[in-house]
Amino acid sequence: MAESVRVNVTVNGESRSSEVEPRLLLVHYLRDTLGLTGTHIGCDTSNCGACTVLMDGESVKSCTVLAVQADGAKVQTIEGMAPAGNGALHPIQEAFWEHHGLQCGYCTPGMIMAAADLLKRNPNPTEEEVRHGLEGNLCRCTGYHNIVKAVMAAAESMRSGEGVPA
Amino acid sequence: MIPANFDYAAPESLDEAISTLSQGGDDAKLLAGGHSLLPLMKLRLAAPSLLVSLGKVPGLSGIERSNGGFSIGAMTRHAEIADAEELGVTAHAASLIADQQVRNRGTIGGSIAHGDSAGDLPTVFLAAEGTVTAQGPNGERQIQATEMFKSFLTTAVGPDEVVTSVYMPALDGYGWGYEKFVRRSEDWAMVGVCALVKSNGGTCEDVRVALTHMGATPLRASATEEALRGQSLSPESIAQAAEQAAEGTNPPGDVNATPDYKKHLARVLTKRALMAATGG
Repeated sequence: MAESVRVNVTVNGESRSSEVEPRLLLVHYLRDTLGLTGTHIGCDTSNCGACTVLMDGESVKSCTVLAVQADGAKVQTIEGMAPAGNGALHPIQEAFWEHHGLQCGYCTPGMIMAAADLLKRNPNPTEEEVRHGLEGNLCRCTGYHNIVKAVMAAAESMRSGEGVPA
Repeated sequence: MIPANFDYAAPESLDEAISTLSQGGDDAKLLAGGHSLLPLMKLRLAAPSLLVSLGKVPGLSGIERSNGGFSIGAMTRHAEIADAEELGVTAHAASLIADQQVRNRGTIGGSIAHGDSAGDLPTVFLAAEGTVTAQGPNGERQIQATEMFKSFLTTAVGPDEVVTSVYMPALDGYGWGYEKFVRRSEDWAMVGVCALVKSNGGTCEDVRVALTHMGATPLRASATEEALRGQSLSPESIAQAAEQAAEGTNPPGDVNATPDYKKHLARVLTKRALMAATGG
């Protein structure tokens, strides 16, 4: 039995501190230790992107990061996207809703977190850049068409500061 | 998939990392970005007893101009390298690695020290004739690219050494191309080819071609290089030289490609990479 390690992580703005086994994956830490089950486990092999979260603002596949590696980091999950309190959604969430960027919804949290990184890097992407930027996320339902539309609409809304265009 | 148990250390200085690693014995491993090692551990193909993370060691990240080239900190992420256009072919190859999430974590030092022949940066490092700086209990040393890759996943970096930086020559005057063939962007290259060409009035003054995933280590396509060096550069001479790209290779077949198909890809991609390197 390996010696457990204390990790201090800021998750969605809240400081969390836990004793964990070194082998605990970040995705299991988020889901099982903290109860944040919005982050999904898909392939568990760093292919599908369902487990994507932001670590210090950059998208990572949380099935391929150890919880101990997140010590001292700021992690944002899908639960931390919407502004607290007023029931509003984040513009990317709003756009996925508006443009029906999902069918079963399993890949959606990862898609939204990957889109957040993409739009931070490139606030005004072309359709091709959106498709390229989301290549680390697999969707088995939609054929990606409405996901791309949603990200384009979110980009426009985030640039203009107005609502998501229909 | 959960890795086997291991102990974990996150030293806050390079000296401490080296001593922790050398005291950890044969089964201790360094952890950089973890995007080669952790998947192997999850599949239980690797089961180190101790992981020594470089995540908290300062000074191992960043890109600096140095000695007519670039000194790239070992912990510099692929994403940062991909964004550094001045790195030329190194930046381009880094931008083709897997996907954004993987590029946000994977590091150049980790990639080259791991020495996977299917990896992109080891091939570019071999073609560019770069140098790795490694530090161990007995001090610092330089390892030339030609000395780096020993056999399957085995490099010249010692078990108690830490790669601290990777030097890439600026390659002024060279045109470049990196061509990679994959079914999906996230896959390892079925085959990849890095070509560097220095042209002098239409004559090939120097050429370097290196191959990804065509053997146990990244390889130089010497027959192609010899066929083109000193020749006049034209689509015909390039096509002819590229025909010899797979000469002397013995690529492993896998679920994606048979050895013969990989040899075919090596020829086709070498031609494309050479054309890109000569502005074609």
